Amino acid sequence: MDFEWTLFFQFMIIGLATGSLIALIALGYTLVYGIIELINFAHGEVFMMGAFFASTVVVLTGVTSDSSTGAIVAVLLLTLAASMIFSGVLNAGIDKLAYSRLRNAPRLAPLIAAIGMSFILQNVAIYWKGPNPFTAPDLIPREFRTYNVLQEWPLLRDWFADSTLRLRLLDVMVIGVTIPLLLILSWFVYRTQIGTAMRATAQDREAAALMGIDINRTIGVAFLIGGSLAGAAGMVALFYNNSGRFQMGFTYGLFAFTAAVLGGIGNLGGAVLGGFLIGLIWSYSDGFMGTYISGWGSQWTNSVIFGILILVLVFRPSGLLGQSVPDKV
Amino acid sequence: MAASYATRAEQYFEDRRQENRKRLLRVLIGSLVLAIYPILDQAFGWDQLGQWIPIFVFVILAMGLNIVVGYAGLLDLGYVAFFVIGAYGNAFLTSPNSWFVQQGWIPNWLQSFWPAMAVSWILAAIFGVILGAPTLRLRGDYLAIVTLGFGEIVPDFFTNAATVTNGPQGIGQIAKPPSIPLPGDREIAFNTVNQANWFWLVLAVGILSIFMITRLYDSRLGRAWQAIREDEIAAASMGINTVSTKLWAFALGASFSGFAGSLYAGYVRIVYPDQFQFSVSIIILAMVILGGIGNIYGVIAGSLIIGSFDRILATELTRPLNWAGERITWPPLQWLGDWMATHNVNSDRFLIFGLALVLIMLLRPGGLFPSSRRAAELSGDDDVGDDDDDTLYETRTDDTKLAGGSAT
Repeated sequence: MDFEWTLFFQFMIIGLATGSLIALIALGYTLVYGIIELINFAHGEVFMMGAFFASTVVVLTGVTSDSSTGAIVAVLLLTLAASMIFSGVLNAGIDKLAYSRLRNAPRLAPLIAAIGMSFILQNVAIYWKGPNPFTAPDLIPREFRTYNVLQEWPLLRDWFADSTLRLRLLDVMVIGVTIPLLLILSWFVYRTQIGTAMRATAQDREAAALMGIDINRTIGVAFLIGGSLAGAAGMVALFYNNSGRFQMGFTYGLFAFTAAVLGGIGNLGGAVLGGFLIGLIWSYSDGFMGTYISGWGSQWTNSVIFGILILVLVFRPSGLLGQSVPDKV
Repeated sequence: MAASYATRAEQYFEDRRQENRKRLLRVLIGSLVLAIYPILDQAFGWDQLGQWIPIFVFVILAMGLNIVVGYAGLLDLGYVAFFVIGAYGNAFLTSPNSWFVQQGWIPNWLQSFWPAMAVSWILAAIFGVILGAPTLRLRGDYLAIVTLGFGEIVPDFFTNAATVTNGPQGIGQIAKPPSIPLPGDREIAFNTVNQANWFWLVLAVGILSIFMITRLYDSRLGRAWQAIREDEIAAASMGINTVSTKLWAFALGASFSGFAGSLYAGYVRIVYPDQFQFSVSIIILAMVILGGIGNIYGVIAGSLIIGSFDRILATELTRPLNWAGERITWPPLQWLGDWMATHNVNSDRFLIFGLALVLIMLLRPGGLFPSSRRAAELSGDDDVGDDDDDTLYETRTDDTKLAGGSAT
């Protein structure tokens, strides 16, 4: 069978859009792990709560796809901000409530607490919206969801005249939300005082404390930022997939963690790279591989991604961009 | 001085032996009390035997996980994988619907319960080594995630490789243990109607497991596990081969899961992948943590508490809740009454397990019945990296007999 370039690029587009979502979530894992070496197991659930909150906010505003474009854009931005604040505060709150009391406990104690938290959040979500999948509120107009940039924009239309390749506005929206957030984050971490404090704390907690950095506040900020990125991802995922479920955080969360490890946990650029890679693998395994390997389909995606996780951890535990850090004695 | 250390050490182990003998006696007495249960159950018509048998299987699973998590200190979040392997191992070998049997690859003598159980046991241990060998060099929290990934892949594999595993429908008609003939025309049969016999069988396997695990804990290997858990670098410096010691923990932990899975498959007589979700791993972990990581009796208590809540209490509590809800007619509380009248406690099980994990970590990190060693480890404010002297001191003081504090 010939190599189908159209299909190849089609799944690349989907992969990049999904990948940018995963990258946003992976950053939350990496920020927290970089500082306190905790795998925040509940992070995927914080993402899921962001999606749930976005859904509730949109319903509360009463704006639907029939409203004026201005109102829809305003509500989308408001929802994004609301989800980010909600998930950020939720994540920081969980840290205050549970993990901060376990800072000096053995490593596994906060991890087990995080697993417990993740179950609690899932069940809160069941009380919130029930155990069944729900569709996203009717906010993004149907034309927008199916709008194919490549066929309708004058300039691109000439180039892609005979192609069946589709780049939906929705895909553009996902990447359009992610890229500015990544830029803001890198400005924050590398250019502001508190960002510098975060990097210092990640390098050496005691030395940072001796330099007058408030460690607990810095860790709290890391949870806040990680959570708000997950909230943004949750809001975008809700509209991108047009559905939400209480279990959505589990898959996304684990894939994002895999992305963070793949890129080198603790490394922000690595998390983004890993996110895009995992997104691409996800989409190719879901759709593209099936045309070449009979019987291959989305049911194998989990195995592929966890297989990659295991292989990375075994052969290059420091990840693609990470540096290996010897165990502290 | 040297001689006195030797005598103290001897004294210490003598004390341990006596303590173990006492404990084993208590276990036997406890088991005898439990062994009466089926008679009561049938006499009073409680009809809960069908729930208690799986609970006992979970007790065995929790004891196996305790080897990995409690003794060796390796967090395994995918323990269910070995349970799956054990259960499917039995199914593959004994079910007439199994692909392997249909291919004629399984010799006849292997197609019955006990030989299949032994094979599944070894199979699970081998998979423990296969998973452990490449991953055990990883730090604790990475290991947790790799095991989690493995725990997801294995049931996925059994769902997807439908030619061999019959996919989501699973494999039925798994062999049950052969009947034991008794003098006269009677026999001990293990059919679905012989719940009491099953109860005694699982109980016996459980007691055997307790015996094996307590022996393991006091063996050279068991002490090496504890040394690694407390301080891996120190243990390695003392000449313990950390990799092979951890591998043994993985293999032996997995093997208990394997034969528990095999036993369970023989009891329910059908296996399908949905029985083995991630949440099962978490339930088993919650059992270990609630009862007291590292203390086998604590783990048994914890798994009985969680198991009975999971399978019996949650259902039993729903009735009084609904009853009370129907009695609330005061208008301001009407919403509460309505909620209580229709609420099913079963749907809250995971909320409660999650809460239990968090609260135990915050309030009683050693569990309800902590092992004294483990409690000392967990309560010491040993920030890994700086005040290690403190840790060393903390862990020593609880073993006063060896440290010499109150030596006789």
